[in-house]
Amino acid sequence: MSALLEVRNLRVRFNGFTAVDGVDLDVAAGELLGIVGESGSGKSVSMMALMGLIDAPGIVTADALRFDGQDLLTMSAAQRRRGLGKFVGKDVAMVFQDALNSLNPSHTVGNQVREVLRVHLGLRGAALETRVLELFERVEIPAAKTRLGAYPHEMSGGMNQRVMIAMAIACEPRLLIADEPTTALDVTIQAQVMDLLLRLQREQGMGLVLITHDLAVVATMAQRVAVMYAGQVVETASTDTLFEQPRHPYTQALLAALPEHNRGGPEEGRRLSALPGIVPGRNDRPAGCLLAPRCSHVQPRCQAERPELVGGVRCFFPQAIKQGPA
Amino acid sequence: MKAFIANRGAFIALLVFAAVVLAALLAPWLAPHDPVQQFREHMLTPPVWQAGGLAQFPLGTDELGRCLLSRLLFGARVSLMIGVLSVLLALLPGIVLGLVAAFHPRWVSPLVMRVMDVLLALPGLLLAIGVITILGPGLINTVIAIAVGALPGYVRLVRGSALAELGRDYVTASRLAGAGTLRLMFDTVLPNCLAPVIVSATLSFSSAILETAALGFLGLGVQAPQPEWGSMLSAARDYIERAPWVVTLPGLSILVTVLAVNLMGDGLRDALDPKLRQA
Amino acid sequence: MFRLLLQKLATLVPTLLGVTLVAFALIRLIPGDPIEIMVGERRLDPAQHAALMKRMGLDQPLPTQYFNYLGQLAQGDLGQSLVTREPVVEEFKVLFPATVELAGSALLLALLLGLPLGMAAALKRGSWFDQLVMATATVGNSMPVFWWGLVLIMAFSVGLEWTPVSGRIGIEYDVPFVSGFMLVDAALSDEAGAWWSALLHLVLPAVVLGTIPMAVIARMTRSAMLEVLREDYMRTARAKGLSPARVVLHHGLRNALIPIVTVLGLQVGSLLGGAVLTETIFSWPGIGKWLIDAIARRDYPVVQAGILISALIFMGVNLVVDLLYGVVNPRMRGELGKDKE
Repeated sequence: MSALLEVRNLRVRFNGFTAVDGVDLDVAAGELLGIVGESGSGKSVSMMALMGLIDAPGIVTADALRFDGQDLLTMSAAQRRRGLGKFVGKDVAMVFQDALNSLNPSHTVGNQVREVLRVHLGLRGAALETRVLELFERVEIPAAKTRLGAYPHEMSGGMNQRVMIAMAIACEPRLLIADEPTTALDVTIQAQVMDLLLRLQREQGMGLVLITHDLAVVATMAQRVAVMYAGQVVETASTDTLFEQPRHPYTQALLAALPEHNRGGPEEGRRLSALPGIVPGRNDRPAGCLLAPRCSHVQPRCQAERPELVGGVRCFFPQAIKQGPA
Repeated sequence: MKAFIANRGAFIALLVFAAVVLAALLAPWLAPHDPVQQFREHMLTPPVWQAGGLAQFPLGTDELGRCLLSRLLFGARVSLMIGVLSVLLALLPGIVLGLVAAFHPRWVSPLVMRVMDVLLALPGLLLAIGVITILGPGLINTVIAIAVGALPGYVRLVRGSALAELGRDYVTASRLAGAGTLRLMFDTVLPNCLAPVIVSATLSFSSAILETAALGFLGLGVQAPQPEWGSMLSAARDYIERAPWVVTLPGLSILVTVLAVNLMGDGLRDALDPKLRQA
Repeated sequence: MFRLLLQKLATLVPTLLGVTLVAFALIRLIPGDPIEIMVGERRLDPAQHAALMKRMGLDQPLPTQYFNYLGQLAQGDLGQSLVTREPVVEEFKVLFPATVELAGSALLLALLLGLPLGMAAALKRGSWFDQLVMATATVGNSMPVFWWGLVLIMAFSVGLEWTPVSGRIGIEYDVPFVSGFMLVDAALSDEAGAWWSALLHLVLPAVVLGTIPMAVIARMTRSAMLEVLREDYMRTARAKGLSPARVVLHHGLRNALIPIVTVLGLQVGSLLGGAVLTETIFSWPGIGKWLIDAIARRDYPVVQAGILISALIFMGVNLVVDLLYGVVNPRMRGELGKDKE
């Protein structure tokens, strides 16, 4: 499949602090890439950098940045801060976590969707109205016509999230980035919205980057997964491979902490296995591998050098442990 | 407190304000002359640093030969005194009325608030002018006029805060423990409403100084020959060309004092509620 | 929306009555005999005194007098000036447009300068520009308006001789009264140079009166914009690929307007008070100066009318601001249609 998005060595720095360090990503057309990691792993920041949402004094650099076949790196620093630049909002769109706060409280939801159509596609009048209504129906908002004049505070979280999705797919983007789109929703609604996203992706052949901390969703829906830790991609593989044969110690720890994987183990019924320690903060980044202080397989080399991402794994001693049946 | 001192602007303002207060308190000793004494031979003398200035009158004299420095110092007394008195005169009844209104929402509250609405129907200065028209000009009446204008603000503020606090659990707990209404009002609820009231009081203080000067300027406030910064400016209108210092100096006194109080008020507000910080 | 207007008008009625009561009581609260106060120095024998009392309806019981007063108000009769003997309403009609022209220009100036400066300060937060704007606004906030007027007169009228010191138009022009707005009337008249003279006369008083509101609006705009810029929906707007201008104005300022509008009502109050002072300094023939002159001359019917009218205007403006707030803040429209899924 042709690469829709190709990112090499994306780096985002704030006042000397490297929030995102050497992220490589590939997304093919129609592919669903899941990005998993804890809070503070840099997953949101890296996507925001792509969307051009990083402000000064943030500095965004990358070795390669290609979207839909076009090379976007021949730009000044200021332009590069605009990420994918002219594609933003039109060919690549983003959906955020908290829909109520992510929508403008002073404009009707209808107008907020119309805005995208007007600015990017130049639609007016009857064509505009038809398209807006169509979008609302596509995202399964009931009684769509009456909802067009509603304000965000008049609607529920799930409805608002559908509006956000409508806004994002309005111009039929090639790539959709969804940053924890269901985390803030009720459990019953989460499944509905997730299904909607998947259906839309299939229908439009979009690439979808799904940022989440929910491994179960990724396991069932993504084709490829990238695992992030402390601003770096530590492992990337196809979903099956990742879940069956995780190679990076962090990935293994993540999977080991799943309740399903703790059945039948020595601590069953008492404790979930977990990595000791915490994610290194701004001021205590290790000189070597970022996971070294917590890793059970740590060797002297790990503490001295930072490993590069090689063959999809950022580890000097990747372990191939076959996971038992989930 | 620490946050307040850390705010440089507010701290400098505090120092300036303290200097003004000190000057006002020590006026009888600091002033070189009696502020109402007229030196007919030295009318409109420029300040000492200008040509024709005399060391005898460091800031010059006005159109009736009165020492400007002395008048400014005594004028500070007048302004600060009226400021403090009017704020107290509005604050104390305001707190009481606000609390009473919050504790009796059935019919006392609407009655009180309607009366406050009537007072609020006129903007500050015009209301003060109205009161002065009834009572006549003068220092005491100026205090009353300004206080009447500030009262509704406090009543609303305290009532609003108190109503918010009344819904909270600690008040219910006190009530259940048997606290009487008076005790509930002043002991339990009031201390938690005070922060915005204090900030509001500082700002009222600065606008009281401005209103005093405005009334003085219009001839409706403190009367001659008592020195008051605003009335000094009124008399100075005719001397803009000939003796600009008679215009600039009293006005600067007002500006500096009000600015100092406002900056202190800003600092106080930032220190008491970091969310509101203007950064 | 209309329903909201009616609701708000209804709550104003008691306040309105209260204000008329105060205006009515104004003369009667002044210590001394009302007749003697009005008549002043002239001696009156008891017969004349009684006749005047009867003629002015002052021999009736107070409640009757109050209802008579309300009746007069309803018919638009505000009494007669003791000094000019003209109906107060007539004098008011001539002078009111002058104040509106002054206050309106001042408010326009305050908004045209205050809003952009406040926005720019917020966008360039922490820069020297931001600090300069804020320092200036803080000083402007603390300025006594009448002194500021004198200072500007010293600088521009006396020093540079760019603007005149008083009045609405050069005395050499004779502009017939059409609308009462000098800029309009001068343009309509066929006197060459009249319009320019009118403008020059308007400039300085408008700047003086508008300075404090401008400072307040700038500060408020800045703090409102800073709050708004932090919000998530601003990030969404940018993620939609909209131009920076559109993001700041259509999404940012639009929401910042909410707190700004709440401040507007207070500012108009400040303008009314400031107009009294500004008109006095510049000898601008508006209702502010009229009121002050009337107080000095003990022209109590005029004072009474002036206070009443000022209250009405202020209440009217506050009503408009309240409605404006409802327009600007959809969450406050009191609609009941809350659809959930």
